[in-house]
Amino acid sequence: MDAFNLYSQMERDDVLIAFKGSITSELLTSVLQIMETKMEDLHEAPRTRKKVFNVLVECLQNLYHHIDEFEVVGTPEEISEKKSAIFSISRSVESYNIVTGNFVSKDNVNNLTGKINKVNDLNREELKAYYKQVLNNGEISDKGGGGLGFIDIAKKSGEKLVYNIREIDENYSFFTLTVKISQI
Amino acid sequence: MEDLSLEGTAKTPTVDFKSAGELLIKGRSIPENSIEFYKPLIDWIAAYSDNPKENTLVNIQLEYFNTSSSKCILDVFKKLESISDSTVSVKWYYEEDDEDMLEAGEDYEAIIDLSFEMIEVEEL
Repeated sequence: MDAFNLYSQMERDDVLIAFKGSITSELLTSVLQIMETKMEDLHEAPRTRKKVFNVLVECLQNLYHHIDEFEVVGTPEEISEKKSAIFSISRSVESYNIVTGNFVSKDNVNNLTGKINKVNDLNREELKAYYKQVLNNGEISDKGGGGLGFIDIAKKSGEKLVYNIREIDENYSFFTLTVKISQI
Repeated sequence: MEDLSLEGTAKTPTVDFKSAGELLIKGRSIPENSIEFYKPLIDWIAAYSDNPKENTLVNIQLEYFNTSSSKCILDVFKKLESISDSTVSVKWYYEEDDEDMLEAGEDYEAIIDLSFEMIEVEEL
């Protein structure tokens, strides 16, 4: 095992944190804490710190809730693999970039991309109105998720959500979401 | 009735609900399971509304909250809105330059029929 290639790639991409594996509540607590300290050390403007923190919470909790609710049929190894996810947070001069990746069932792809496309079609004022509408009228899940995640990420980042769907096999695809937060 | 007092954690806010009519939620509200966290708060308000003070002051001083909390916070306001024998006023604090937090307060103000005051502070 030579970790230098992985190191070089992460160095080139200005990665602050990267993780692959199972997403637990404790992990998210630690990652958020590390990111807060890093942004403090980097003397980021309070506005940037808040935006990055907020968007990061939504992106990581999206992963957490997805994996919690994701039904995988198979051997324990298959279940553990499909319930794994990846994320990375990197920082360039002009922006922070949050990338998350997770398996989704193929049946869910249209629903997922539909939600993101809808958000991407809205301008800032429309996003604000849509957020308020879903907040007030939307259904709420058992854990409190209410379909506001993507709307909030788009609203707070001020950027379009970039995603990719890669087909893995007849049942699963891999979903990548990239969110950019400009530093102003 | 008894006051409700919860100490803040990395993911949940400090809560100080006083039966004397002053309610405070302060800090960060980013738990994965927000319904579980907010249930006792909503239950407390329901009990308080049986015999409320003439005036009820609600101070919201949040630094961060996630979308899952945003629905629960709306439920807290809806419960407060339903109190019939008390004048409920909300003070919504936000840090200067935190437009997102100000905007969130304005969203609640638009949805909820209570008097809101937006208060800008240097640091929460």
